[in-house]
Amino acid sequence: MQKENVFEIENLNLHYGAFQALIDVGIIIPRQRITALIGPSGCGKSTFIRTLNRMNDLIPSCRVEGKVMFDGEDIYDKACDVIALRKKVGMVFQRPNPFPKTVYENVVYGPKIHGEKNKDRLDEIVERTLKEVALWDEVKNRLNKSALGLSGGQQQRLCIARALAVGPEVVLMDEPTSALDPIATLKIEELMSGLCENYTIVIVTHNMQQAARISDFTAFFLNGVIVETDTTEKIFANPANTKTEEYITGRFG
Amino acid sequence: MSSSKRRKDIAYYGVIAALSVFTLFCLIVIIVYITSNGLPHITWEFLTERPRSMGKEGGIFPIIVATLYATAIALVIACPIGIGAAVFFKEYSKGGRFIQIVRIFTEVLAGIPSIVFGLFGFAFFVVFLGLGWSVLSGGLTLFMMILPTIVRSTEESLETVPMSYREGSLSVGATRWQTTVKVVLPCCVKGIVTGVILGVGRAVGETAAVMLTMGGALRLPLSPFDAGRTMSMHMFVLTSEGLSMEKTFATAALLIIIILIINSAANLIGRKVGAINSA
Amino acid sequence: MVSVALITVFVFMNGLPSMVEHGFMEFLLGDRWRPTNGLFGILPLVVGTLCVTGLALLIGVPTGVASAVFLSDILPKKPAAVFKFAIELLAGIPSVVYGFFGLIIIVPMVKRIFLPILQVFDPEATTTGFSIMAGGLVLAIMILPTVVGLSENAISAVPSDYREASLAIGANKRETAMRVLVPAAKSGILASIILGMGRAIGETMAVLLITGNVALLPGSILDPVATLTGTIALEMSYADAGHQQALFAVGIVLFCIIFILNIIARFVASRMGVGGK
Repeated sequence: MQKENVFEIENLNLHYGAFQALIDVGIIIPRQRITALIGPSGCGKSTFIRTLNRMNDLIPSCRVEGKVMFDGEDIYDKACDVIALRKKVGMVFQRPNPFPKTVYENVVYGPKIHGEKNKDRLDEIVERTLKEVALWDEVKNRLNKSALGLSGGQQQRLCIARALAVGPEVVLMDEPTSALDPIATLKIEELMSGLCENYTIVIVTHNMQQAARISDFTAFFLNGVIVETDTTEKIFANPANTKTEEYITGRFG
Repeated sequence: MSSSKRRKDIAYYGVIAALSVFTLFCLIVIIVYITSNGLPHITWEFLTERPRSMGKEGGIFPIIVATLYATAIALVIACPIGIGAAVFFKEYSKGGRFIQIVRIFTEVLAGIPSIVFGLFGFAFFVVFLGLGWSVLSGGLTLFMMILPTIVRSTEESLETVPMSYREGSLSVGATRWQTTVKVVLPCCVKGIVTGVILGVGRAVGETAAVMLTMGGALRLPLSPFDAGRTMSMHMFVLTSEGLSMEKTFATAALLIIIILIINSAANLIGRKVGAINSA
Repeated sequence: MVSVALITVFVFMNGLPSMVEHGFMEFLLGDRWRPTNGLFGILPLVVGTLCVTGLALLIGVPTGVASAVFLSDILPKKPAAVFKFAIELLAGIPSVVYGFFGLIIIVPMVKRIFLPILQVFDPEATTTGFSIMAGGLVLAIMILPTVVGLSENAISAVPSDYREASLAIGANKRETAMRVLVPAAKSGILASIILGMGRAIGETMAVLLITGNVALLPGSILDPVATLTGTIALEMSYADAGHQQALFAVGIVLFCIIFILNIIARFVASRMGVGGK
């Protein structure tokens, strides 16, 4: 029986050396919904999303305190298997970052890492995930060409496919459309509403319209603190906090 | 334009052009002079026969073999260690003080004069480890000399691999090792190969260090414990003892041709693999 | 790394006893190097090395820096690439080839061309050709690749904003190069000179063949000298135990000089990073 909430975070504090980037963050991420994180640049939303699959481990000076419960287990517990965690919590980055390999190799990279060798099953994964990201028709004839030859939007969808290929529960998206043009952005947004039938999505964006369009829940970050979190409708129609209101009406940020 | 400004301009371009031409001139003179004097003497016999009367007559076959032998020993050891060290510095260490010190040391290693390497190789490999004057001692000394080149070039190319590739790999649950082997290193092939090739160039041309460690025998070295003489060493002996201008020119020309091939190969590989990666 | 430690330990282990035995000061400042008579004063060798290196820098640095400017600021891309390739090739040529070249071209040239010039001022002057002059000339050519390569990198690394800013206020190419590019790349150029100096000091085979290897204090630029490196290479093959140790001690001196030069180059280069910001 799966819990209703994928992530339950309490009292999360994060320091980069002497600088505290997250202060007492507490939030619940519901399953198979899209949760958007908004806020001005440098408010900690990207830092936060990277704590959810421990990508901050890459930064030497980074220190994390508090509880991040994923499916009932604290991922910052010593016993937590980071590899298994990242398999379940995939990530899509701000700039498309396909590997300099073929389209096919990019998608099967994750499954191969996790030990899948069967060619038929790999083929099937490629077709299924590329269809999920609506890229199949565009690339099915060039699976063995370099992924770097795709357009930016295609590359980003390929990266989403790469994340989906290992069968995650959660897909974290760190401003996935900020480097793309409006049409590519629209395609990815359309994609996301379909994906949340099978996956939980957490997306960082500083495009408020985007948050309003696609998400179910929204959290507003400011200076490392979550100011307000609620359903997207409520946040945009009737925010409880004046700072939230100022931000979404465009008075700062 | 004022006339003084004009005059300064002329002087500026004149001086720069003259000095640049001088640079180019030196290069061309050296290469053309030596190859044109040497090429006619590089015959099939020269490449395949043994030297007679101390190198005055005959060919340099055993010397070519000894050169390749020592270089190969150096490479076989230096590649794994050099690439491994670079990967460790760049991908695994978190930039601690220890690594900083090790890096300074690597740089120092690169600057040490070859004759000091020779002294060390003599004291350590030849005497202390009892390997004697041998191709093995020479190869090991060369290994230490080319190590910094390989570490450096590997490090430099690791640095050019975007962080986002590593993130992409880690985010689907790959380990650091898998990330390094499957994503990062394939992007670095070009830089690493270039570094290795330049290392080969350095090893082939090295004289002082091998002179103190390889002996100087003209025999064909069969076991790694045999003494041998590299091409550059042979050239030195021929030159300093004035044995045969012909053979000296021929050996010099052969060395230059080898270096030319090595450098062109490094350049070409650099461009080719670069093209694949950016396609 | 282990290797540096090993090198240090073994070279020092073999050389220090000799230094101590003969006394530091006598070893470093003694002006007689006659190993067969038990006289180990390396001053002539140090002076020989410095003279040859100094001359090489005097010729090589202006030429190298000018070529670097030419390469990065004047020459179009395609020929510049060819030029660069040629410079790399020059760096790859084994030093013994330079030595050979020096022996058959430069040494006679010194005798035939430079001696008559010098004789105008000093009719007594004489030379065999094996001299500081010949060594310095060959070393100058040998350090060119280092100086050109690194200086060119430093100049190319100057942000094009600087160049554009200078050109935009009406400076021409010469003024931009001399007043903006070269000063901005100053630290890199300096580092290239120091490393070139390191190469010149450490160079063995070429100087061995052309400086004459006479361990006496030189009186003129056309006198022969012996260098630290050349002496080691030459005498190692026939040295007895005590002599060998003394040669290791010479190695220590070399090692220390290069070590210090490297540290200075590093320091200068890292200051470039700070200054550039």
